[in-house]
Order: sequence, then C-alpha cells, then structure tokens
Amino acid sequence: MTVAPPMSVADAPSQGAGRRLKAFNLVLELRAFIALIVIIVVFGLMSDAYLTWDNLVTMTKHVAINAILAIGMLMVILTGGIDLSVGSIVGLAGIVAGVLLEGLTIGGSVLYLPVWGVILCALAVGTGVGAVNGALVTRFNVAPFIATLGTLYMARGVALLISGGETYPNLGGSPALGNTGFDVLGTGKLAGIPVSIWLMVAFGIAAVFLTRRTPFGRWVYALGGNARAAELSGVPVRRVTMRVYMISGLCAAMAGLIIASELTSAAPQAGETFELNAIAAVVIGGASLSGGRGAVRGALIGAFVIGFLADGLVILGVSTFWQIVIKGAVIVLAVILDQSQQKIQRRGAAIAAAAATERPAAARA
Amino acid sequence: MTQAVEGQQRAPLLSLRGINKSFGAVHVLRDVDFDVRPGEVTALVGDNGAGKSTLIKCIAGIHPFDDGEILFEGQPVTIHGPKDANALGIEIVYQDLALCDNLDVVHNMFLGRELHSGITLNETEMEKRAGDTLKSLSVRTLRSLRQNVSSLSGGQRQTVAIARAVLWNSKLVILDEPTAALGVAQTEQVLNLVRRLADNGLGVVLITHNMNDVMQVADSIATLFLGQMAAQVRAKDVNNTQVIELITAGRSGDIGLKPREAAEAGVA
Ligand SMILES: Nc1ncnc2c1ncn2[C@@H]1O[C@H](COP(=O)(O)OP(=O)(O)OP(=O)(O)O)[C@@H](O)[C@H]1O
Ligand SMILES: [Mg+2]
Repeated sequence: MTVAPPMSVADAPSQGAGRRLKAFNLVLELRAFIALIVIIVVFGLMSDAYLTWDNLVTMTKHVAINAILAIGMLMVILTGGIDLSVGSIVGLAGIVAGVLLEGLTIGGSVLYLPVWGVILCALAVGTGVGAVNGALVTRFNVAPFIATLGTLYMARGVALLISGGETYPNLGGSPALGNTGFDVLGTGKLAGIPVSIWLMVAFGIAAVFLTRRTPFGRWVYALGGNARAAELSGVPVRRVTMRVYMISGLCAAMAGLIIASELTSAAPQAGETFELNAIAAVVIGGASLSGGRGAVRGALIGAFVIGFLADGLVILGVSTFWQIVIKGAVIVLAVILDQSQQKIQRRGAAIAAAAATERPAAARA
Repeated sequence: MTQAVEGQQRAPLLSLRGINKSFGAVHVLRDVDFDVRPGEVTALVGDNGAGKSTLIKCIAGIHPFDDGEILFEGQPVTIHGPKDANALGIEIVYQDLALCDNLDVVHNMFLGRELHSGITLNETEMEKRAGDTLKSLSVRTLRSLRQNVSSLSGGQRQTVAIARAVLWNSKLVILDEPTAALGVAQTEQVLNLVRRLADNGLGVVLITHNMNDVMQVADSIATLFLGQMAAQVRAKDVNNTQVIELITAGRSGDIGLKPREAAEAGVA
C-alpha cells in the first residue's frame, strides 16, 4: 500500500535508465532459473536420452537429496551462520538406521524397532547433532564455521566407531521380525513419482511456509540482517539460532535416510563433502553467505542446476575431472553475477533515496 | 502546542533517583536524578562520553545499574531488559537505529512483536497498523511500506524507527541523537515529529548535541556533565549560552554543580 500518492519522482532521463536497470536486474534475479533452462535445452539438444521422462525423474531423484540438505543449509546461512556438519550427519543417520534395523542387543535379547521408529530415531540423532551445533554457537560463542567443523569430525568419527568402519549391508529388514519397508524412502513410488521426490516437495513447502509466513521466518532473516537490532527488538536470538541448526540437522538426517534406503545399506563414509554441494546450491540460488538474503525457491533451483548439470555431463560422457572443473566454474560465475546484481540494486536504492530527499526540500521552497 | 504552564506541570512519568553506574573502575553515572513529564520534550544534553547513552541503556534494562531507583508513573519498577521496558510503555530509538536493512518497513516496525493469527503472520493487519501510525504522525515521505529499509534515506530510516516506537501505545519515547546524521530539511522533519509526539501526550526524551534542536523543541533541559546531572531546568528559563556552559563546565552562574563538585568531577 502507499502512504501518499506516488509522485513523479525522478526526471525523465534517469527514469529511462532506471527502467533499463530494472530489466537487467530482473534477468540477474532469475539467473539461476535461466541457467537451469539453458542447461535443460543444451543437454536436451545434445542427447536424446536427456529429456526423457525416465531420465528427468532419475535426475530429480538425485537432486532431491542435495535439495533437502540445501533447505536446511539455507536456514542456517540466512542467519549468517554455516553448517559444515551436514555431510557427516548424512553418514551418521544411515548408520543409526543400520544399527537399529539389524537389531539392538540389550542384555541377552535383541530388540527390533518398527521401521517408523527407526526413522524417527535417526531423525532425532540428526536433530541432536544440530542442537550440539546450536549450543556451541549460542552458549559457548564458538564461530559457526569452527563449531560445525568440529561436529563434522565428531559425527563422522562416531559413525565409524559405531560401525567399526564396516557397511551395514542389509537394511531390507525381515518379514519375520516385521521390520521390512525401510527401502520405501529411497525406492518406493507414490502416484508414479519416487517417494524421495515427494519428500523434497514436502520439505520445500514446509520451508517456504516457515520462512515466509511465520514470525520465526522473519526472525531468521532479521538475525542475518542485523543481529544486534534483532536482539534489541526482542527477537529471541539464541532460540532462533538453536532452531536453525536443529532444522539443518533434521534435513541432513532425512537425506541420510534416503541414501541408506536407496542402497538398502549404510556406509559410515556416506555423505562425505555433501555439505559443499549444499552450500553451492544455496549460493547459486542467490543467498548471501553473510546472511539475511536468500530464499527457499532459490536454493531448490540451485540444487537443480547442480544436479541437472552433473547428470548431463555424465550422459554426454564428459570426464569426471572436467565435471569437477565445470562445477567449480559455475559456482564462481554464480557469485560474480550475484555481486553485480547487488551493485545494481544499491544503485537503484541510491537513486530512490536521493529522489525522496529532494522532494520535501522542494516542497518547503 | 501544549506547553505546560509553570505550576501546572503534570506529575513526572519517569523519575530516576540517585542512579549510579560503573563499568569496572570507571564511574560513568553518579547519583543521577532525572525527570520526564508527559506531554513534554525533555532534552538530555552533555558532551561526548558524559553518559547519555549509558543512562538510557540503564532505563532500557540493557545495563543493570549499581545503585538508585526508577519510578514509572510514580511506582518503583525494575527493568531487566528491552521487553520489560516495552511492557511498561517505554520505547527507545537507539543511536544506530537498530533497523534490519534487509526487511521492509512493516517488518521492521513489528520486529520481535509480529502480529499473527495462529502460527502465520497477519501481514494485512500489520501493514494497516503501520500505515495508520505513519499517517497519525503525518508522515508523507514514505512511498511504500513494502520497500526494504536499505533503500530509505537517513531521515526516512529515522522516521521508521520513531514510528516503530509509537506503534505500541507507548507512553515514553527516548530518542538517542535522532538528527545526528541528517541534513537541514530532514532534521526539520524529525524535530516536527518529535514535537508532535509530545503534543499527543507522550513523554519524549531527546538526546542531541545540537543546541538549535534543543532550543526549538525542548520544554525541559537536563545536562549531564561527566556523569553527574549538572541541572535539569525549564527551557524557557535559560538561554543558549547558559546551556553550553552547563554542558562544558557543569555550571552557569548559580545553576548547576557547586564549584567544588564541578572541579571534583573534572579530576575524577
Ligand atoms: N559497555 C561499556 N563498557 C565500558 N565503558 C563504557 C561502556 N559504555 C560506555 N562506556 C563509557 O561510559 C562513558 C559514557 O559513555 P556514553 O556512551 O554513555 O556517552 P554519551 O554521553 O552517550 O556520548 P556520545 O555523545 O558520544 O554518544 C564513556 O566514557 C564510555 O567510554
Ligand atoms: Mg551516546
């Protein structure tokens, strides 16, 4: 709404410049989306297999894992933090599921949890690691980078300790024990679409709702924008910080469960360097690592860009080494474009502010 | 204007009695008495480091003070943090504004106290109340309530910060150097706004280094000198020179600290 009727603010020439700026800004704002379209079109032209329904579903399945990680990562990054521990949580969650599905030996007897119980336990462990991150950051004032670097090692170490370095090979469960069905997460389908894709959609919708429609979402952005101002305004800074790390841990555990379910086996090394993919998706999606700027939509598109690009290169038979180089180049390009968009927006803001200050002065004259 | 007539002044809204505050060995506030009356602008002046910001942070509950008492509407109160101050009807606009650049005007005005229906934000109601508040302050310089604060000029940002302070039916608004970074026209706007707040019956504390601001809008002037309240006087009883003497030397003629006190404060 407008408080006062909009006035003819700027003079004619700068209005034209402003419009050009606006159009250019729109292109930059949609850059991740445009990049995704370009990727789809280019690979679609170069390979007949790329644009088939089956391949699109397969690629989206690959994307789902990174997208769920990126959603949690985005929340943390919006507050101005970072979560390096998500890859290790992926591995740990899988191992927890592996242990519980093989049966917990308590005393002399072996305890088998139903599959939903196993899933809840693994998610709780991931959330718990997130809570440790949150506590390190809020209670002990450890910088997020260091705190989550520490838990990156600790969570991985614990996963290796529990498993003795071995892979849990049989997560299918047995009908006799009534704990079958774990493979549904990774291989099941609902209405013809893999369950993992539905999970990505569900996490995405929940995250959009949380960030855009709730006070908590406002506070997440406020923290990244100006933490001191948020605190003075009565935002429960510690609680919000705690929550975002817990959400990130939860998302990571979900991704870990999907991977373990897909393979019906859990390896303690699963998820190594996944944190970097998640950060890349968030950054390609237009979020600022210094916090306060970014959106769930962007992070999801970022995950699609990375996934569709990587799979396209594989289909074309590009060497793995080149794949790595290209991925890195895309990330750098994304950040460069982001910088120029910021510059343009600042210029637009300066024009608007100057126009606004001229007006009252003129009115007084 | 509702300039209070001498002898008919209303009872103080906020009274500080004997406030002492030290940071470690540094004694920043000494036995400070301070009164704010409703419907008046009380200027709080003093040199850099005199303790003005510290005093209002004590009122806000950000710094616990060592000794002394705060009375609000005649009742002793304890304030442990910004939330307590807000609950009493005290709102503070800090020196550096405390706005979030990446949020829009409405979200800044409601930050930390968002209206919600169920678990979702009530955007329409917040926007309406923000607009009403700005209208009631006759603010006409904001084009859209949905633009980010980063795109606003200094004066507009100050306006948003002040509007946020009056949004909550507050009784006392404290402004720490609201005109410090502003040009002539924008200073004028903000001072008009400050005057209007008082005319609407609020108690207003205005911290400033600018004597023109003080003389233009203040009803009462409190001068801090090296952490001591040199004098709190009616604005019409003093002239520019006297206020400057109070600020720089702690005394002027027979008002202010006794010569010995002023000298002692100087060496401390
Ligand atoms: N958190 C703190 N820790 C230690 N000393 C402080 C702290 N805050 C303020 N001081 C000291 O208290 C004294 C008063 O500072 P204060 O900020 O209240 O001054 P001021 O009157 O607001 O000055 P200005 O006009 O420059 O804003 C200064 O000597 C300052 O160094
Ligand atoms: Mg100050």
